[in-house]
Amino acid sequence: MVNYVIKRFFMMIGTVLIIATLTFFLMHAIPGSPLDSDRTTNPTIQANLEKFYKLDQPLSSQYISYLKSIVTFDFGPSIKKPNESVNSLIGRGFPISFELGMVTILVAVISGVVLGTLAALRHNGVIDYLAMTFAVIGISLPNFILATLLIRIFAGELGWFPAATWQSPMHMVLPTLALATGPMAVIARLTRASMLEVLTQDYIKMAKAKGLTPWKIIVRYALRNAMMPVVTIMGTMLAGILTGTFVIEKIFAIPGMGKYFVESINNRDYPVIMGTTVFYSAFLVFMLFLVDIVYGVLDPRIKLHQKEGDPS
Amino acid sequence: MTDFREIEVKDEWFQPRAKSTGKAEVVVRPSLSYWADAWRRLKQNKLAMFGLYFLIFLGLAAILIPMFSSHSVTATDLPNQNKAPSMQHWFGTDEMGRDVFTRTWYGARISLFVGLMAALIDVTIGIIYGGISGYKGGKVDLVMMRIIEILYGLPHLLVVILLLVVMEPSLTTIIIALTITGWVGMARIVRGQVLQIKNYEFVTASKSFGAGTLRIIRKNLLPNTMGPIIVQMTLTVPSAIFAEAFLSFLGLGIQAPFASWGVMANDALPVILSGYWWRLFFPALFIAMTMFAFNVLGDGLQDALDPKLRG
Repeated sequence: MVNYVIKRFFMMIGTVLIIATLTFFLMHAIPGSPLDSDRTTNPTIQANLEKFYKLDQPLSSQYISYLKSIVTFDFGPSIKKPNESVNSLIGRGFPISFELGMVTILVAVISGVVLGTLAALRHNGVIDYLAMTFAVIGISLPNFILATLLIRIFAGELGWFPAATWQSPMHMVLPTLALATGPMAVIARLTRASMLEVLTQDYIKMAKAKGLTPWKIIVRYALRNAMMPVVTIMGTMLAGILTGTFVIEKIFAIPGMGKYFVESINNRDYPVIMGTTVFYSAFLVFMLFLVDIVYGVLDPRIKLHQKEGDPS
Repeated sequence: MTDFREIEVKDEWFQPRAKSTGKAEVVVRPSLSYWADAWRRLKQNKLAMFGLYFLIFLGLAAILIPMFSSHSVTATDLPNQNKAPSMQHWFGTDEMGRDVFTRTWYGARISLFVGLMAALIDVTIGIIYGGISGYKGGKVDLVMMRIIEILYGLPHLLVVILLLVVMEPSLTTIIIALTITGWVGMARIVRGQVLQIKNYEFVTASKSFGAGTLRIIRKNLLPNTMGPIIVQMTLTVPSAIFAEAFLSFLGLGIQAPFASWGVMANDALPVILSGYWWRLFFPALFIAMTMFAFNVLGDGLQDALDPKLRG
């Protein structure tokens, strides 16, 4: 287990390094300087600007100072908003995006597992049918389409929830719903499938024979084992939610990191693009690392294996 | 109970059996091939068949309707902007007076093209890479799988967005960007299958008859991996369609005045709370229906092509 964690840790560092390098060279492969704009600037000013952003140095030393900036976590100033550093953008936007992401994951996992379990317990019943119809529709509706439809219906026609920004719990309902429906549908389907399989196992029959209440059987025996496939897809789901925040924040005008990221893409603000990309990737890769570890801890077979190897 | 000592044993009991008329060897029903059997089971799945028919219809209409439509995809008609659906404009018009009906079908072309091309390229690279990795095994496999592991850890859409920032946005760029990281899943599946099948007896038999590597891959391995590959393809297409719409929605995909469903949804965003519901509704409906059709077809194929479920 310890070896595995160490191996995964180094792979994580390697992945971040690859992304950082890829980002750097891609950004520098673009013809022209990021300082070129429609306005013609004074050559002296241009030279000073290039010096400020270290664009006058050779590529190799730029790369090294870039790597240094990643290690020290200082991505320098933005080009389009010179008074603002990339760090302050991330510092301001990330907590909001993180909040949106976490609420989304909570909603998606809890409702997905409940829905999937109910569907499995009432296999081929009305609940099963409704839940799976809902799940297929949820998977087929892209989050940005769902978001616009939700605004149209619940903010426009009915006026129940505010259509934009991020201030109160009421503001959080529509963005969370738009972002969580897809993952929830995936989790519900997975939970149902693995739950159906687990429910036929001998240890469930055994638990029934012991006279345990259905509630105890489900929670203590069935659900715990049925959760394994759900944990496996948490990684891809996190990536989906993370990229989902880009569009959701754009649509709902939420001042999170995704909004700045999309803005920086449209403005070609390279330091911001590089900084946010590296930050996003590092965050995502770290989350994947955590998911893998959690999986190792949860998987009973790994524990069993350790006990077998235990000399005592 | 019968007392066996009292049974009289007759000679005629021991006559030779009448000669077989030869009918025992006749096959009553033609044996179903794997594909015929899969097709039979797919046909029983009504939802999957609905998906299949819908996609065939979508494909034909996407080719034909923009060809014969009396409205142009890009021509603007400013006096007629934001007109509600009517006999003249079935799905209404957008802020430039362009016909939403024609643009929606043109968008179907783009979406299907991106989805199918991405899936095709993924399959080609995935089969070659996964096939070599799985067939060669050993050190080659180890190195190739390490590369895949690293690629798999990269955040897919972030890499695509980065590539699109650098390259000129166009249809080709989107397809390249989507396939650069997209083939990894397919390669993993092909490798897993090849790894399993190459140890089966019929492959050994083929080898003992002197079949070369290429022949074994072509005749033994590929046909037997086709099931999972097709299932994976039906999942790749909708995710590519989603990615294209997503990127166009962010302004990184197809550029105006050309239409894709993502572009149309993005254009409709500023007027979302005004009365122009048709501008969002039709592209949204088409994206959702297409994704739905691919998803149910994929589910149906997964069940139909799984040899374990063969009844």
